[in-house]
Amino acid sequence: MSIVMAGTAALLFALGTYLLLQRKLSRIIVGLGLIGHGANVLFVNSGERGLPPLIGEGDPADFADPVPQALVLTAIVISFGTTALLLALAYRSWLLSADDEVADDIEDRIVARRGYGDVEVADETLLVDEAELSPDLPRRASTEESS
Amino acid sequence: MRVLLPLIVLLPLLGAAVSILAGRARVAQRVVALSVLTAVLGLAVALLFVVDADGVVATQSGDWYAPLGITLVADRFSAIMLVTAALVLLAVDVYAIGQPGAERSHVGFQSVYLVLAAGVSAAFLAGDLFNLFVAIEMMLTASYVLITLGGRLDQVRSGMTYVVISLIASVLFLAALAFTYAATGTVNLADLSDRIADLPDGLRSALAGLFLVVFGIKAGIFPLFFWLPDSYPTAPSPVTAIFAGLLTKVGVYAIIRTQTLMFPDVLPTWLLMVVAGTTMLVGVLGAIAQDDVKRILSFLIISSIGFMVMGLALFTVAGIAAAILYMVHQVVLKTALFLAGGMIEHTGGSSRLSRLGNMARTTPMVAVVFFVPAISLAGIPPMSGFAAKFALFDSVASSAEWWILAVAVVTSMLTLFSIAKIWIGVFWAQRDPDEEAPPGAGRRPPLMMTAPTVVLVLMTVALGVAAGPLYDYCTRAAGDLVDPSSYVSLVLEGGS
Repeated sequence: MSIVMAGTAALLFALGTYLLLQRKLSRIIVGLGLIGHGANVLFVNSGERGLPPLIGEGDPADFADPVPQALVLTAIVISFGTTALLLALAYRSWLLSADDEVADDIEDRIVARRGYGDVEVADETLLVDEAELSPDLPRRASTEESS
Repeated sequence: MRVLLPLIVLLPLLGAAVSILAGRARVAQRVVALSVLTAVLGLAVALLFVVDADGVVATQSGDWYAPLGITLVADRFSAIMLVTAALVLLAVDVYAIGQPGAERSHVGFQSVYLVLAAGVSAAFLAGDLFNLFVAIEMMLTASYVLITLGGRLDQVRSGMTYVVISLIASVLFLAALAFTYAATGTVNLADLSDRIADLPDGLRSALAGLFLVVFGIKAGIFPLFFWLPDSYPTAPSPVTAIFAGLLTKVGVYAIIRTQTLMFPDVLPTWLLMVVAGTTMLVGVLGAIAQDDVKRILSFLIISSIGFMVMGLALFTVAGIAAAILYMVHQVVLKTALFLAGGMIEHTGGSSRLSRLGNMARTTPMVAVVFFVPAISLAGIPPMSGFAAKFALFDSVASSAEWWILAVAVVTSMLTLFSIAKIWIGVFWAQRDPDEEAPPGAGRRPPLMMTAPTVVLVLMTVALGVAAGPLYDYCTRAAGDLVDPSSYVSLVLEGGS
């Protein structure tokens, strides 16, 4: 593996990781694509370099290693399929909420909020009406609680 | 007899194809799916007897010899996992057909479910790392579809989290494969177990750590488990049940397979012990904090993974045998618990502890169906949980690892506490009369939902009763794992 190839794979991994840490799903998908390509570059270069591995090209001892090339083809097809699925998810999220952000887990916020109890909270925006968070939470039959 | 191996993978795939062709003919789809899954269960049981007699069974696809060709290998560990997986796949499919929900509203449910079954079987039979990668991808892609079935906003949100984390794990797996191939020139597991021993120490440790991280994300060990309670509870109940029972266990299977076959005694014992202990504790502490039945059970999955890694960390025959026994018990148990949780949601209208109550009087059947696996999880005799936990504690004590034993005992007590919390919240305590009842409360569960849950619960009891011969089998399986020479020689001499 030459330093250029290793550097390429490293650069792709770095860029992909930065994009993976974003909120918007469309950027995460691009990041996953970059990281996938980085892994594929790494894998192809893990075999020997040489002549094209076709019968008649020359001495078989000088051929490039065909095994990682075959394996990477499989990996590329797999990542193509899963990227298509992720894009469909992003589109669905867009249809439902006009946004494709990966949101926080509501249950985590509910559990965390229970820890505040009766403590005075300086930032009132933290106190969200629990009933708004999830329709499955207990609500009073007679009066609706609002904070 | 070697034709059993590819058949177990092929039949569900063919069934998936036929199921899609059947289109909207629901009855035909269900008949195809159930008959394929029953056939796979029968084949897996036959394979179990063959493997127990012969030791290891291997076949080369297309007659390309190892280490270049695709090898399918079944040793005792794979065989017992295949039987358990086939059993729960069949039970959950019956449950899904019975529950008015995901299976009825989506044409593709049965085909995707069969692809999941094929992926799980292929993962247990994979004889080389890249085939393991493809099998896990097959399983994961089917799971991406199943977890977002329904397309509601909360499902899409948690589906996104699940898919992104799993794809990151897959990319890391590819990178680990690349490094392994670059270092050794092969991806065949049997061949690797010879060649990795020749690598320099630092490179071996790096590869071992990388593979632990990759499969640890799938299995849900600390600190890689955070995606699990986030995404599992929002899927439909049968889907969560099959994920809880199978997907994490495939990750643990991969960890055990790679660590015993490729990296025996490479990772320091204290590392795996620390991972196991923190996984156990964080899982059960997270369970106690939750208000929703399915989330409590999701955190308890994580806690049980810690127990399995503890058995592996000992690296003795007794430890790994206990880990295998615990895995078999947990596959059946977690599926039964999640199916019972689905029944709670069906009859109670909600799965939140604060909205449910008094179900022991209104629906005693659901109470019993939940109670038995719950006490098995806590480790009370004569259920399988007692046998499995006792085997684990015994192996830890005989290796004189007292700290992890203390952590495990504390975790078991806290597990009992969280189970009691569910029991009291859902079944015993009265619901607050000022609160309105959840919508859909008071429905009776149909027979096709109750029957597979009861079957799995009875299996938990049966596993406890049959724990003796089962543990002997697991000891033989662990012996093959700790000393893989028979595996390696059979595969490399060309299983043709």
